[in-house]
Amino acid sequence: MKQKFQEKLMQYVFFISAIASIFAVLLICLFLFMNGLPAIFKIGPLDFLLGQNWAPNDVPPSFGILPMILGSIYVTLGTLIVGVPIGILTALFLAFFCPEKLYKILQPLIQLLAGIPSVVYGFFGLVVLVPLMRTFFPGNGNHILSASVLLGIMILPTIITISEAALRAVPKSYYEGALALGATHEESIFFLVLPAAKSGVFASIVLAIGRAIGETMAVIMVAGNQARMPNGIFRGVRTMTANIVIEMGYAADLHREALIATGAVLFIFILIINLVFGIIKRKELKA
Amino acid sequence: MSLPKLLRALVYIAAGLTFFSVAFIILYILVQGIPHLTPSLFALEYTTENVSLFPAIVNTIIIVLLTLVIAVPAGIFAAIYLVEYAKKGNRLVAMIRLTTETLAGIPSIVYGLFGLLFFVTKLQWGFSLLSGAFTLAIIILPLIIRTTEEALESVPDGWREASFGLGAGKLRTIFRIVLPAAIPGVLAGVILAIGRIVGETAALIYTAGTVARLPKSLFSSGRTLAIHMFALSSEGFYIDQAYATAVVLVIIVLGINFLSGFIARKLTKGQVR
Repeated sequence: MKQKFQEKLMQYVFFISAIASIFAVLLICLFLFMNGLPAIFKIGPLDFLLGQNWAPNDVPPSFGILPMILGSIYVTLGTLIVGVPIGILTALFLAFFCPEKLYKILQPLIQLLAGIPSVVYGFFGLVVLVPLMRTFFPGNGNHILSASVLLGIMILPTIITISEAALRAVPKSYYEGALALGATHEESIFFLVLPAAKSGVFASIVLAIGRAIGETMAVIMVAGNQARMPNGIFRGVRTMTANIVIEMGYAADLHREALIATGAVLFIFILIINLVFGIIKRKELKA
Repeated sequence: MSLPKLLRALVYIAAGLTFFSVAFIILYILVQGIPHLTPSLFALEYTTENVSLFPAIVNTIIIVLLTLVIAVPAGIFAAIYLVEYAKKGNRLVAMIRLTTETLAGIPSIVYGLFGLLFFVTKLQWGFSLLSGAFTLAIIILPLIIRTTEEALESVPDGWREASFGLGAGKLRTIFRIVLPAAIPGVLAGVILAIGRIVGETAALIYTAGTVARLPKSLFSSGRTLAIHMFALSSEGFYIDQAYATAVVLVIIVLGINFLSGFIARKLTKGQVR
């Protein structure tokens, strides 16, 4: 009898733990939107989302976050341009060109890259990348290009590990078939194996977009953070994430609510990215 | 140059760039930082003169332990439910999977905002180690659930059947047979989670706060190493000390990677199939 009770009790405990994630997501949505939406309606949804002027201290203040939305989008695009080609090619290297002995050394290095905290990346950007950019390009070094290069390095582990797994999952017979028809090693890999792995590679890119758009500390330290419309890759820019961290410390009233609303907008971006990722993964499972 | 040669050159150049970046970042931080690891940096008391790391290290350890205490049992239990109890294809299970994946994709700053709104403001815990730890617990929950699930699934069904055959109940089978066999996998997940906690900044600034002193209780604010490093480098006066802090962080990450790799290797060696 006692044992039966214990079994039932623990089953409930396990069950409650399992639905904790559902509960957490609901709670996060609730608090973010409950605190953010009123501000959006007070400011006016169009003025908030499409307003080009962010000046919370002006009288009257204006709360347009279009500069930050565009800032996040530009930095993310730049990050992809830097990180995706290098990441995919490195994944090809690890899967098909790398001698096994070398692989045992290089693979842990990728894991290491994934483990370095973003604040260390940001610091590295601050002391190495920014001065370098200042020397070789116009501007003061804190700009979209710096942020893109730094984030491009940071998304490499995501792209490489997921793409490599997708590449290795392609049946060997594809590669061998291409060789038998007279293609070279490189041709078979680039024109047969890589296209066959495209959904996995695509999934890695979507995940990397999520990482890039949500990255905060590293971006703050190299992007300049000026709250104005982005105009050129050698000019400073502020992302949505940076907006929140920089001003949350002293914001009050509507200003504070507008920052939370910025977080809500960012959250919606992330939810859309997650949705796309889920769809790709389901497609892959079916195929 | 022929096409195959060009393609191969591209692959080698990209791989070269990747591994050069890794090596350069790590070596640069170590070479620049190690000379600045002075004894005064580890003084017991933080002052604006010595900008000691010591309180930050203590805070980091407290937050790591607290977060693990909250998230690890919950994560393991959730995984037990998903693997041992839930029926495959159940709609609720699909929902749990979906939300766990969603949690894994949410950026730290959104968690930080949530922590500020819920733990700090709504529950009135203020900027405190407790608020920070609860926020981080939600962040690492998906990681713990996923790694534990994988570890539980790799335990052969025959073990469960043998245990049932000997008359053990389900609960006994789980705690005496399945979970002990899955421990290395769970441990690898926990170690990864520690790495995530140690490196976290954005989620902690507005939950655990940035006070640079030793905490009096779980309700006092305290900065972790990562936040300490962010504060030092953004203030701009303590670049040398920031280098030194970066070294400590990188060494922790190196240690964690080594440990989890070590456990993973043990895992594949000791596998019973």
